[in-house]
Amino acid sequence: MEKVLKKVDIIFENGDDYNPMAILENELSRPGDEIILDLIDSGLKGRGGAGFLTGLKWKFTRNEDNDVKYVICNADEGEPGTFKDREILDTVPEKVLVGMAICSHAIGAKEGYIYLRGEYNFLLKKLQHKIDEFNRAIEERGMDFKIYLRSGSGAYVCGEESALFESMEGYRGEPRNKPPYPTVSGYNNKPTVINNVETLVYVTMISKLGPEKFKELGTKDSRGSKVFSVSGDTPIPGIYELELGMLLGQFVDEFADGDAKAVQVGGASGNCVPRKKFADTIIGFEGIPTGGSMMIFNSTRSMYNVLHDYLEFFTEESCGQCTPCRVGCQQLLKGIEAVKRGEKPPAYLDDLKKLTATMKIAAKCGLGQSVSNPFNSIVDNFREEIIY
Amino acid sequence: MTNTDLLVKDLVHQHGKKRNSLMAVLQGVVKEERFLSEDALIAVAREFDLSAADVYGTASFYTFLDTIPRGKNIIRVCKTITCHMKGKDEVLLALENMLKVKAGETTHDRKFTLLTANCLGWCHKGPVMLVNDEVYPELTPQKAIEIIEEYSRH
Ligand code: SF4
Ligand code: FES
Repeated sequence: MEKVLKKVDIIFENGDDYNPMAILENELSRPGDEIILDLIDSGLKGRGGAGFLTGLKWKFTRNEDNDVKYVICNADEGEPGTFKDREILDTVPEKVLVGMAICSHAIGAKEGYIYLRGEYNFLLKKLQHKIDEFNRAIEERGMDFKIYLRSGSGAYVCGEESALFESMEGYRGEPRNKPPYPTVSGYNNKPTVINNVETLVYVTMISKLGPEKFKELGTKDSRGSKVFSVSGDTPIPGIYELELGMLLGQFVDEFADGDAKAVQVGGASGNCVPRKKFADTIIGFEGIPTGGSMMIFNSTRSMYNVLHDYLEFFTEESCGQCTPCRVGCQQLLKGIEAVKRGEKPPAYLDDLKKLTATMKIAAKCGLGQSVSNPFNSIVDNFREEIIY
Repeated sequence: MTNTDLLVKDLVHQHGKKRNSLMAVLQGVVKEERFLSEDALIAVAREFDLSAADVYGTASFYTFLDTIPRGKNIIRVCKTITCHMKGKDEVLLALENMLKVKAGETTHDRKFTLLTANCLGWCHKGPVMLVNDEVYPELTPQKAIEIIEEYSRH
């Protein structure tokens, strides 16, 4: 394996030369389109998993002709195996706030919101305090921008951006039809930039380091580093910032317990990679993209149980709005149970795979569309474990 | 006016009457009363000039906006994959035995409601539970019992 796994310290770095307000002030003295060009040039893609160029998202929103625009920080992290945003908000919240303020300057927004998942309510007080301080500081500098904090109430699907807007507007958190996209019509139907926590921190750090420095890390398709949350069968579970573009094999060498048989890359909605594919699976947009969750399973684990847990999760968290997902998730769960009990023949798994193909096309949002990832990758790679 | 009516009025005063404030008001009621009673839902509907069905329909979407009575302390044990791998079953069983309720139920003295939850965002330190807003990671059955004993003292 030629590429060496590289640990990086950009996000959590808190050295003497790091002064969030100085970074912000420097950016405020530059025109918004210049900041956006730099961001596009840096190659930063959204760290939530979808991988859209952050600068492009900002550019679209900037170009919308509207007096009211919003910046929203999506802190509704709920994917099983993912816990990086909590750590970021807990340890370096100023970097998130500065990222939001840079965005507001670049696109012309006067209000920003952080939507924090209800499970992280223990952070509310501390975060509100930071926000109050920050709002005061930028007001003193004459900046017309204010950040507010909102909290969720326990619904995974609200991490989907349009569901998040619905929730903030006081409705059931059900995803909207797309288009229109948030850049055109987001919160309160106004042009909105919605970025996840980690993305906003990288904005701040790219402002500090410059796009060239950021581009030195990663690969052509996956620039920079990102934060990984590592859990499961590992002696060193936790949060690590790593350069993008590593091979899964290198990751396993570093983090697993020597007996890994599979790694679920990208949370419950991601792909399960079996041992035989470790060596040639790239972690990044040219291989398997990820929001950062890595769950490691060793040979003592039943992959049937793993899949069963995931399907239970999706069944419970489906918003129920569209039939392919609402009914599909339940049928997949019942289906593998029936195969396990011997009530259905093994070939029934192939019918279920057809169902996931339908869900992928017909489900309205990413939740229903991505169930096929864990389902197919586990059924294909660990078929015997599902059957017997 | 009942206490619930007053609470709702106060929250609406604090957060505003626009629909965008609905979640904050519902969360405020739950914080004080642990769940949304019929009276509370009706009071909220009246203040926002919405139908009670609309308010109920919104509230019932969210796991944390309970519409059935809950105990003074709400325990949520994570049941998702990595906590499962690290022994959440044993933790849950220990709590069930201690509190003499099954997951989903409330104790007779109304002090505790025991629930399971999906991933709480502490997968590297499972098994984990929330008690109200407080997080308790790296549990063992023994540790979980001690923590809840502490809560039952006051
Ligand atoms: S795919 Fe699932 S979660 Fe998404 S809108 Fe449809 S029912 Fe809701
Ligand atoms: S799986 Fe229990 S906290 Fe994530």
